[in-house]
Amino acid sequence: MNELCQLTLHEAKALLERGECSAVELTEACLARIEEVEETVRAYITVTPDLALEQARAADEARVRGESAPLLGLPLAIKDVLSTRGVRTTCGSRILENYVPPYDATVVARLRAAGAVMLGKTNTDEFAMGSSTENSAFFTTRNPWDLERVPGGSSGGSAAAVAADECLAALGTDTGGSVRQPAALCGIVGLKPTYGRMSRYGLIAYASSLDQVGTLTKDVRDAALLLEVLAGHDPCDSTAADVPVPAYTAALTGDVRGLRLGVIREWLENPGLDSGVAAAVQQALETLTTLGMEVREVTLPHSDYALPVYYLIAPAEASSNLARYDGVAYGFRAPGADDIWDLFARTRGAGFGAEVKRRIMLGTYALSAGYYDQYYKKAQKVRTLIKQDFDRAFEEVDVVVGPTSPVPAFKIGERVDDPLQMYLADIFTISVNLAGLPGISVPCGFASGLPVGLQFIGKPWDEATLLRVAYAYEQATDWHTRKPAL
Amino acid sequence: MKLTRADVEHIAQLARLELAPEEIELFREQLSAILEYAARLQELDTEAIPPTAQVIEWRNVMRDDEVRPSLPQDEVLANAPEARDGYFVVPTVLEEHA
Repeated sequence: MNELCQLTLHEAKALLERGECSAVELTEACLARIEEVEETVRAYITVTPDLALEQARAADEARVRGESAPLLGLPLAIKDVLSTRGVRTTCGSRILENYVPPYDATVVARLRAAGAVMLGKTNTDEFAMGSSTENSAFFTTRNPWDLERVPGGSSGGSAAAVAADECLAALGTDTGGSVRQPAALCGIVGLKPTYGRMSRYGLIAYASSLDQVGTLTKDVRDAALLLEVLAGHDPCDSTAADVPVPAYTAALTGDVRGLRLGVIREWLENPGLDSGVAAAVQQALETLTTLGMEVREVTLPHSDYALPVYYLIAPAEASSNLARYDGVAYGFRAPGADDIWDLFARTRGAGFGAEVKRRIMLGTYALSAGYYDQYYKKAQKVRTLIKQDFDRAFEEVDVVVGPTSPVPAFKIGERVDDPLQMYLADIFTISVNLAGLPGISVPCGFASGLPVGLQFIGKPWDEATLLRVAYAYEQATDWHTRKPAL
Repeated sequence: MKLTRADVEHIAQLARLELAPEEIELFREQLSAILEYAARLQELDTEAIPPTAQVIEWRNVMRDDEVRPSLPQDEVLANAPEARDGYFVVPTVLEEHA
């Protein structure tokens, strides 16, 4: 393997700036790695080698001209739910199998403007609904640490691609944990910023009050670097807030003395928590104490209700968002329809996979006449209680911490027939989306040889403190430098 | 909350989803189990709790209503399953009355 593909973004950036390698060499190293391992890992739905090399050459030429840009010449992968102009964007679904977006998502446009190179589009559970990539209509991605196990999901393709060095970093999306959980299961860093921090324009919608773009990287500094490029106001997305974007890399001081860290009691006491995961988290708490953090317990009394709240609200929003797939303006159209109503039903029946249909059905039911108050409105009210739990915790501490996933990577096929079991994979991540908070998963050890993730959660808009704590922890350990033997 | 086959068929009709008979039975069981799990929310007294539709408390975001370039018609139609003369083609929507 060419070692260039193993670099972090900031390491590669330094080499490029010193003229010690070229963007073409970096890109060729990633493409060679894709060639080498993709047959077993299967992280990408679409690889775009010609486009990548063209962008890399342009980046090298720009550098020769004396131009600079924050990500100039750095090769990344993009989750296949983010629209890429001229490059097929499938959402892991038959219904969009041949869809070619006529425009870029804002985050993709920002990557391009920052000089990044796009290697391709990564696998995802269909419409980002899932925790394992097993709901992809095309294939299941494998965990680079154990090829019989899932990489997590829904951004499992992006997480596996980063962990297997098939790219330097990747974009994902996180509606209920879809960046943080696969990052944990693949032993890398996954950041979901505050709801409203990054534009969702061109992110093909799943649940709009929860969806947020996130990053999958080899270390915390790369997460800060990408957030600086991607965050900020966008006139095309009224939820992309006009809030100042600080220089996040400047927050990585390594000094966390005196900061208050809250350990979530209910999460550590959860009966579903794997003992190996619990041990790794306990060890991490000791490390954080020795770094000078003031560690105390906090309580989120409504923790047990987060899962049912999420699985009413997200499907309700999905049932509305996915009404647009009707076989008329784009995407798959079923043959043989007698009239327009028949066309809609046949197209959607044949074009969507089982989990998407299940959530559309669940959401339609929760919103239907006679059940709206009992399910949807009730869930929205309990969502308020979940947010208030965090508000109270943040009166006492600066950052809260807990496991990212209750278990390490599970076996392919193990949970796929039982939707409730699959939903439990998200038990520690979804409340963060319900409350709109920023969260990051960083590697904190191994359980039975599989990576474990530690989740830090910050106050709204305070990614700077979140990254500062995650960075200090990372620098005090060497878990993030471990690589799977592929 | 136990759903009947008729419930599932009604939801599928509302959602415009054609389901195979075996899917109807599978969803009847699975949705019943999920709704049963969701019933634990009823334990909580939320009489005085306002609902949260989204978490960031913004007011409406306004902008000037200015004419700006839009996507070219041919690019938009390029993804259509069937298009003709600048239109999307669909099967019959309204029957002609004799």
